[in-house]
Amino acid sequence: MQGLRGFAWLLAMQSLGELLSRGLNLPFPGPVIGMMLLLAVLQLPVVREPVAACANFLLSHLSLLFVPVGVGVMTHLGLLGQYGLRMMAVIVLSTWFGLVITVLLLRAFRGQRDA
Amino acid sequence: MPKFVELWVYLSATPLFGLTATLVVYVLAQAVYARLNQAAWANPVLWSVVTLASLLTVTGVDYPTYFSGAQFIHFLLGPAVVALAWPLWERRVALRQHWHALLTAAVLGGFAASGSALLLGWAVGLPVDVVLSLAPKSVTAPVAMGIADKIGGIPALAAVFAVVTGMVGALSGKVLFGLLKIPTDKDGWMARGYALGTAAHGIGAARALQVNADAGAFAGLALGVQVVLASLLIPLAFHLF
Repeated sequence: MQGLRGFAWLLAMQSLGELLSRGLNLPFPGPVIGMMLLLAVLQLPVVREPVAACANFLLSHLSLLFVPVGVGVMTHLGLLGQYGLRMMAVIVLSTWFGLVITVLLLRAFRGQRDA
Repeated sequence: MPKFVELWVYLSATPLFGLTATLVVYVLAQAVYARLNQAAWANPVLWSVVTLASLLTVTGVDYPTYFSGAQFIHFLLGPAVVALAWPLWERRVALRQHWHALLTAAVLGGFAASGSALLLGWAVGLPVDVVLSLAPKSVTAPVAMGIADKIGGIPALAAVFAVVTGMVGALSGKVLFGLLKIPTDKDGWMARGYALGTAAHGIGAARALQVNADAGAFAGLALGVQVVLASLLIPLAFHLF
């Protein structure tokens, strides 16, 4: 029941987020606004306990949720055949670059803090 | 046999097929992954996608038919993004304490991943709409689709790029961080997780979560921060230039 109540909170916040995003033409997608709204109301224990139960379940199976879109790769086989190698090289290199910059920056900040 | 063919035609066309196939294949991939001590190359998303795409190709079921069932899983991405408020809230003390370091790393790390993808994509001569679809690749798939749509990319392609990016991060993070001699103490795990969440979103975060709790929490945090930053900054950057 806690989990279900938490899910209702998530959906309610997402719906509110969608309304605000579309209604006010905000640059954020609905779920992102929903996340910020939820963050604001997590102060309340009434919200916190059910949301914790549901969020932990949903986030621990996060990778499953990417599978349906991932399978969509098969609809772009033409583009992939033509540019696949180049796309892959770009994705791999830029991902490594992003990982390296982020991790080194954090290490640098830590060094500064300790010094 | 025609009876069997008839039954298959019926089953493969109902949403039940896409939903069941996705869940069963993923549960199996997850079991294999656990059996192999969570080796990075055995990534359950990667193998589920490969298995399902092959299955659909062999059986001749087209993607829209598959998706009519799989959409029920896909739908949960929205609530999952909302649920990211939870890891953020849980780490609010660390967030308040180190917000300048975390924010700088998120802005510059996100910029490095997105900017280098645009630059490299342009340099190797990819079509413009494909290059634009690369911009939000470090953001979780549903948000990446929205951003791509706003800046003139192809949403479906952006989602695929995001998924591939996540898998690349999940597969290579360990080796890369090892080469950079990032330690495996609490601080080191936090930095590793945060980097994975920043550059490889939910799939990187899922991997981090399985390896270390601190890494997982900071990956969730980074993923949330990246979602907010990217949906604000990427369209803004394209609007300005």
